[in-house]
Amino acid sequence: MVRVLLNAPKQVRLGQVFDIKLLISHPMEPGQRRDAMGQKIPRDIINTLRCTFNDRLVMQADLFPAIAANPYFAFTAQVAESGILAVEFTDDHGVTQREQMRIEVL
Amino acid sequence: MNALLIALVLLATPVHAADLHSGYADESKAIQAMQDDDDANPAQLWVLQGEQAWDDAPAPGVKSCMECHGKIASMKGVAARYPVWDAARNRAITLPDRVNLCRTEKQGLPALGRERETMLGLTAAIGKQSLGLPISVATSGPLAEIGAQGQAVFFQRQGQLDLSCADCHNDLAGRSLGGATIPQGHPNGYPLYRLEWQQLGSLQRRIRNCLTGMRADTYRDDSPEMQALEVYLAQRANGLKIETPAVRP
Repeated sequence: MVRVLLNAPKQVRLGQVFDIKLLISHPMEPGQRRDAMGQKIPRDIINTLRCTFNDRLVMQADLFPAIAANPYFAFTAQVAESGILAVEFTDDHGVTQREQMRIEVL
Repeated sequence: MNALLIALVLLATPVHAADLHSGYADESKAIQAMQDDDDANPAQLWVLQGEQAWDDAPAPGVKSCMECHGKIASMKGVAARYPVWDAARNRAITLPDRVNLCRTEKQGLPALGRERETMLGLTAAIGKQSLGLPISVATSGPLAEIGAQGQAVFFQRQGQLDLSCADCHNDLAGRSLGGATIPQGHPNGYPLYRLEWQQLGSLQRRIRNCLTGMRADTYRDDSPEMQALEVYLAQRANGLKIETPAVRP
């Protein structure tokens, strides 16, 4: 489990476009570097990021090396009903982590 | 004797007292924005961990920080007045020292290294409670002497490049070193997130970083030179606002 900061308004007006900000604590090891012994450090990045609202896809991204550690994502969305905003990401170890919060439409 | 005192007081005055400013002012707008927005500042990941570490018992049957001190908000102003003089131990103690003293004496736990995640988290979370408060470290009493020792270290030329801290951070502050602007070198944002480190780091780490760049021997965290330098840097930055946790390139 890595530390995740998911930030979006808890309440929005109908039709309001709002920001979703996501900060993930992750080394994002690019796979090109070598350690002190000259051995390649295996690639370890978050390779897929999905954001859903009530299980409907909002945003999906395929990620590649050369993204700095502790990546930050910001995007916008608009929802028509109250529900659960969830982000899911998978790293090169195949571990998937999910973070979610509830958004109320006023 | 009086003349000597006056000379000492003059020496202790920062060279750039009129133009005291945080490294924040030397950064690009992008980095300033990253620091200012809690949602984008990666150091927040450590702050949250530190707030959790404050509330939780560190081991079964051991009192948490909160059980003695109350909510972490009670730490407001603490980071602004450290390092302080500890009369009982007859030495200056920094904020990480204070955390370790609580751990070893009150909680019966081993001391933590400066760069351990828990230490960085706790000092970042405690420091953040003083966000915006001016640094106000004592410059009289026993700390005056320690500060003077630290000042001597600050002005001491050392390493293969024969540089002192003052050469860059007093005389050349605001000029360029490679692509970066040389800051005045104030400790008002530590522990801070350095993009080059891609993680949070302590003031001690930053100082070691500089010393390595000067091709000088580094000081150990608990060496008298490091302690004195930390006291001097804080006294030199008196009046600057705390920015913990800051972001730097």
